[in-house]
Amino acid sequence: MSPPPSRTLDPKAAIWLAALLLAIIAPFIVSAYNLNLIGRFLALSLTGMGLVLLWGEGGVLSLGQGVFFGLGGYVLAMHLKMADLGQGELPDFMTWSGVTKLPVWWAIFRSPVTAMLGILIVPTAFAVLFSWLMFRRRIGGTYFALITQALGLAFATLLISQQGLTGGFNGLTDYHTLFGLNLNLPSTTRALYWLTLLLVVLAYFGLRWLLASRFGTMLRAARDGSNRIRFLGYDPGPYKVVAFSVAAMLTGVSGALFTLHAGVISPALVGVVPSIEMVIWVAIGGRYSVLGAIAGTLIVNFAKDKISTALPELWLYALGGLFILAVTALPNGLAGFFGSDRWKRPALDETLARWRARKAVS
Amino acid sequence: MDLGFIIGQVFNGFSVASIYILAALGLALSFGLMRVINMAHGEILMVGSYVAYLTIALVPGPLGIFAAMIAAFAVAGLLGGVLEVTLVSRLTSRPLDTLLATWGVSLILQQAARDIFGATGVSVTAPAWLDHTILIGGQTLPVTRLFIMAVAVAVLGGLAAFLRSTRIGLLVRAVNQDRPTAAAMGVDVRRVDAAIFALGSGVAGIGGVVLALLGPVTPNVGQSYIVTAFLVVVLGGLGSTLGMTIAALMIGLFMALSQIFVDVSLAQVLSLLFVILFLQFRPQGVIAVRSRALDE
Repeated sequence: MSPPPSRTLDPKAAIWLAALLLAIIAPFIVSAYNLNLIGRFLALSLTGMGLVLLWGEGGVLSLGQGVFFGLGGYVLAMHLKMADLGQGELPDFMTWSGVTKLPVWWAIFRSPVTAMLGILIVPTAFAVLFSWLMFRRRIGGTYFALITQALGLAFATLLISQQGLTGGFNGLTDYHTLFGLNLNLPSTTRALYWLTLLLVVLAYFGLRWLLASRFGTMLRAARDGSNRIRFLGYDPGPYKVVAFSVAAMLTGVSGALFTLHAGVISPALVGVVPSIEMVIWVAIGGRYSVLGAIAGTLIVNFAKDKISTALPELWLYALGGLFILAVTALPNGLAGFFGSDRWKRPALDETLARWRARKAVS
Repeated sequence: MDLGFIIGQVFNGFSVASIYILAALGLALSFGLMRVINMAHGEILMVGSYVAYLTIALVPGPLGIFAAMIAAFAVAGLLGGVLEVTLVSRLTSRPLDTLLATWGVSLILQQAARDIFGATGVSVTAPAWLDHTILIGGQTLPVTRLFIMAVAVAVLGGLAAFLRSTRIGLLVRAVNQDRPTAAAMGVDVRRVDAAIFALGSGVAGIGGVVLALLGPVTPNVGQSYIVTAFLVVVLGGLGSTLGMTIAALMIGLFMALSQIFVDVSLAQVLSLLFVILFLQFRPQGVIAVRSRALDE
């Protein structure tokens, strides 16, 4: 049983509050290069938080989150490319590929308003359609994971092959203005960093609220015993569709923010390999913990940045080792070391999973 | 449209399907028994390809390719067995975690291959008797492609005979049908799991030899086929070998025939769409195993 809530600040919350304060004043204490890295990785942590909802709480593993990341990132990058152009001009790579007219699905994101709406709507709408097709026929588990992986592959292949429309293998890069602001000015980069931090904090509290709500309870129930849910008269499908779509929306925003910080979006950031790397951030941080996902994203990406610049060939061994370690030794991730929140019942999960696995092989 | 061209594409479809069969057979076998998918299966194909490269360098002659198959089967089978005993068997109650752990193995194997053989490809010289074309019904067909089909048919036939008439095959079928009852009757289900995992990996090793005939062997050679092989298993339905074979033919032919109208990347997108739509009508895949159990 958890102790009754007390009025005093518990030490864990104090640590996180201190971390948040440090993050707020970071632009004044770290170098521009490191600030850019922190901004990027905070943007990525929105993807991680989406996976906590989908994979940790919903029990649905998606190996295709790169698709939603890419949809958000490309919508913004298309807008940024057009923002730099005069009337009637085409992005440079289109001219090189002999495209003479701006496609309609580019033109609609010329206005900043439609671009911002597009970042929210395009990934979410696609996620609703895709996950509804899957979950209405009760396709889940390993099948679902493998189909989402194929989706990631198809998306990246399509982007690469349509050189004249998507920028092909190089993706979309080299843009300078957002809402008329120069993206290269230190004041703009600082503002973008704070915007990212604000969105991360909002997403954190939003997810906490969602997971504590009735919806969260139903989602966990659907994960642990979908047949029992059905016997009680509920359809688990819609709960999973909502979880998948909310995760996709977060991932789309994450992709757009990442594109702003990194200055590029390309197929190499959205395909099969990056999609599964997104899962490892959460596996390391803790798939049942929203804070764990943020921490995991930051830790794994900083490690990647340091190791892959110093010893590039070592990084893939390290990453491979992390995958194995995360599931064999740390099924609850780093968050597992720091106690559990009230809705987490890893021990019960484990028991149920074993029980179901024995049943399933009949 | 030119009829000869269409017939050529049908032939290509069967030839691609043969590769998917060799790549997906091991996946389907162990998915049927354990409900887990080995994400490092593509790298087992890759190991098979590199073994072919080494063996053919050692045994040049016209029969080098068969020596390569035997060697690749043994090495890949051993690797699969080790992987099963050390990692996969510990995770069978958590199929999604198995995906992640074996993906880690695949990254390590890829990087190891890059360190040993270099990132650029090595090429395998096919024996002279494979290196020409023959004319059948007005079509010029490369002998290599026919050979690949023959290998796929031989492997499928051999496996069917193995499962049907050996003692191990009997045990495998028993565990496949009803794992707890088989265990209660004294079948060592863990050993059956390991044996089948090793056998499936050995088949993937043979698949790797075949891939080495088609193009340069790179550390990523397995990755280019494996995602579609996973789709084949999904479409085939609960690890059924027959279902997997039909699914491989369906996807192979669909890809080849859609390339009459669209380019290869669009064909890939369309084949995924085809699988998703097919699952709308048959969510259990081509062959659904009948069961009264509520949880699959």
